[in-house]
Amino acid sequence: MNASTRIVEFLKKRRVLTILSAIIVIAIAWSYNNNPVVTQAVLASALRHSTPIVLGALCGLICERSGIVNIGIEGQMLIAAFTSFLVSAFVGNLLLAVLVGILTGMIAGLLLAFMSVTLKVDQIIGGTVINILALGITGFFYQQGLAGGGKLPIIPLGPLADIPLLGRVLFTNPPITYSALILVFLVHFMLFHTRWGLRTRSVGEHPRAADTVGINVFLTRYINVIIAGGIGGLAGAFLSIESVGSFERAMTNGRGFVALAVMIFGKWTPLGAWGAGLLFGLTSAIQTQIQFGGITIPHQFVGMLPYIITIVVLAGFVGRSRPPAAEGVPYEKEG
Amino acid sequence: MENPGNLSPEKASQKPQSVLERIWAAVSVPLVAVLVAMLFGAIIIASNGIDPIRAYASLFRGAFGDMVAFGRTLEKATPLLFSGLAVSFAFKAGLFNIGAQGQLLFGGITAAAIGFGIHGLPTAIHLPLALFGGALAGALYGIIPGILKTSTGAHEVITTIMLNYIAINITDYLADGPWKDTSASNIVARTPAILDTAIIPRVAELPLGFFLAIVVAFLVWWVLEKSTLGFEIRTAGLNPRAAKYSGIKVTRIIVLTMVLSGFLAGMGGAVETMGVIGRYQPGFNQGLGFEGITVALLGKTHPIGNIFAAVLIGALKAGSSLMQRVGVDPEITSVLQALMLFFVAADVLIRRFIRVGAEEGAPNLSSRWGDSN
Repeated sequence: MNASTRIVEFLKKRRVLTILSAIIVIAIAWSYNNNPVVTQAVLASALRHSTPIVLGALCGLICERSGIVNIGIEGQMLIAAFTSFLVSAFVGNLLLAVLVGILTGMIAGLLLAFMSVTLKVDQIIGGTVINILALGITGFFYQQGLAGGGKLPIIPLGPLADIPLLGRVLFTNPPITYSALILVFLVHFMLFHTRWGLRTRSVGEHPRAADTVGINVFLTRYINVIIAGGIGGLAGAFLSIESVGSFERAMTNGRGFVALAVMIFGKWTPLGAWGAGLLFGLTSAIQTQIQFGGITIPHQFVGMLPYIITIVVLAGFVGRSRPPAAEGVPYEKEG
Repeated sequence: MENPGNLSPEKASQKPQSVLERIWAAVSVPLVAVLVAMLFGAIIIASNGIDPIRAYASLFRGAFGDMVAFGRTLEKATPLLFSGLAVSFAFKAGLFNIGAQGQLLFGGITAAAIGFGIHGLPTAIHLPLALFGGALAGALYGIIPGILKTSTGAHEVITTIMLNYIAINITDYLADGPWKDTSASNIVARTPAILDTAIIPRVAELPLGFFLAIVVAFLVWWVLEKSTLGFEIRTAGLNPRAAKYSGIKVTRIIVLTMVLSGFLAGMGGAVETMGVIGRYQPGFNQGLGFEGITVALLGKTHPIGNIFAAVLIGALKAGSSLMQRVGVDPEITSVLQALMLFFVAADVLIRRFIRVGAEEGAPNLSSRWGDSN
């Protein structure tokens, strides 16, 4: 089969996706033609809105592909946002702050893995424990009026940044936004084209069979949940030191749960989650734009736009999704 | 089905037990779990340079010290019990109702609208009208994810999360627009105060709404354990395929469960409006639906377990303000909640410590995650 027939096959199989993307691309082109400045701003803001959500969704799906449900993304993001803010405030080194955020997320991941793999605690409870614990600890140790060490800078990518529209949207961003883009494709590649990915998926679908051929189910799950925690931590660092530059109580504001929704929406695939995250980011950005634009509809109606569109697209176009088969069930070795 | 609780070695040598032993087996683990959690909490409090015994003493006084304190504990526990029951009920059918928050908001604002909008009714009609009106609004909001799931396969976790945000926006709009309190002294977004005929009274400092919640908890227990519907719900929750083959209409059960779950959450919002806040004000109900998830899990999704869990968390919330006066940040209650939940769930640790055998057949909640009926 040559490349062009393969592309045609792909488009036929994903008809809905193709039509939807075509509509969005045409709409963007039309809007750019009318008002390039606003279009650029909206698209750039869409990408940044989507960044923590896409990262959170990647965190969720790396766990879930290995059979561990993670509803603690919200908590992992929150506590990582807190620690990276602390480092930025007290040490002042933003790179170190990001690393500490990632590390914090990994420790939260380790806790989740310990609960769900070793203690065999119900995974829904394990995730909830992390969410509440993060809320409590960050609130308890939070100090009002602590000044942060600034925000991660925007790094234009040389000549790429000069491309019209795309340059400003894709190649003029701060570092965590770039890393989210890279991670989407990296996780996709890792999951579907490497030995680690195959092991992960087999452990998530049929742990007994995986065990029989010599894959260490417990270890695989531990590793995945810890790596995923690191990505969730990166999402947290995004919130405190890339997006806002400070920390507030409960600043994740439900983004971890939206990430969970986006992960399911994207049918447990990195590219799907990215698409769903971008759609959500786009509607959020349009919503902000409408509110700035001074249109006289009550702001609450505009505010619920992203959520309504997500439901409509989900119910109308995406429909049923199938999770990894062994998900949520603690693995027991036989004998 | 694999169940982690059943596989511990002590299980094999278990003999039939007396009633007393069974009660001890059921109560001892959560009790010790709570104590261990408090111990860890004490370490955190001490690390902040505050005497944990003094902190806990004031926490206890703030929650149970006198009738006023006890009334406040029950008042805090009431909406938590309703939303906990809502979440537990859905869990029994294998559904994750993360949307209790949104259903609760609609229950609250509808009860408020009936409470301030309809004049001239006697209490005997006005009060139940507002109460059931609120519950019905929650039920109607709960039907949306139910129907979306059964007709399109849309996962209820996504739809309920999204519907929560939509509910916040709609109720904000109503309280700041058409139903706003337009009296001269008011500048914030809130509805007018509800009439006296729709206020749930207190009896000797104790909120009557709590006792309503207890009655509802027993009703939920009865429906789940003793009725045909409850049997069908539990069967659909444990094994939807087997339920389908045995002639249970699983799609109907899913929609009905979400409706009843929404009904419970909506009633929680109504009781909070009619018994505590006295009007609908955005932000005042924040988090009550999410805390319902904690209550449900802490109570092991058992309706009666929910009562204890709700009172426990209610006590933490009620006592935290007094604890704040000795210098302990009220956020410590969240840490305590998380620790309690952890030790109740990680009962393997506790059981090894106090030598109580594993309990039987609690269904694994997360194994139904992402199931599309």
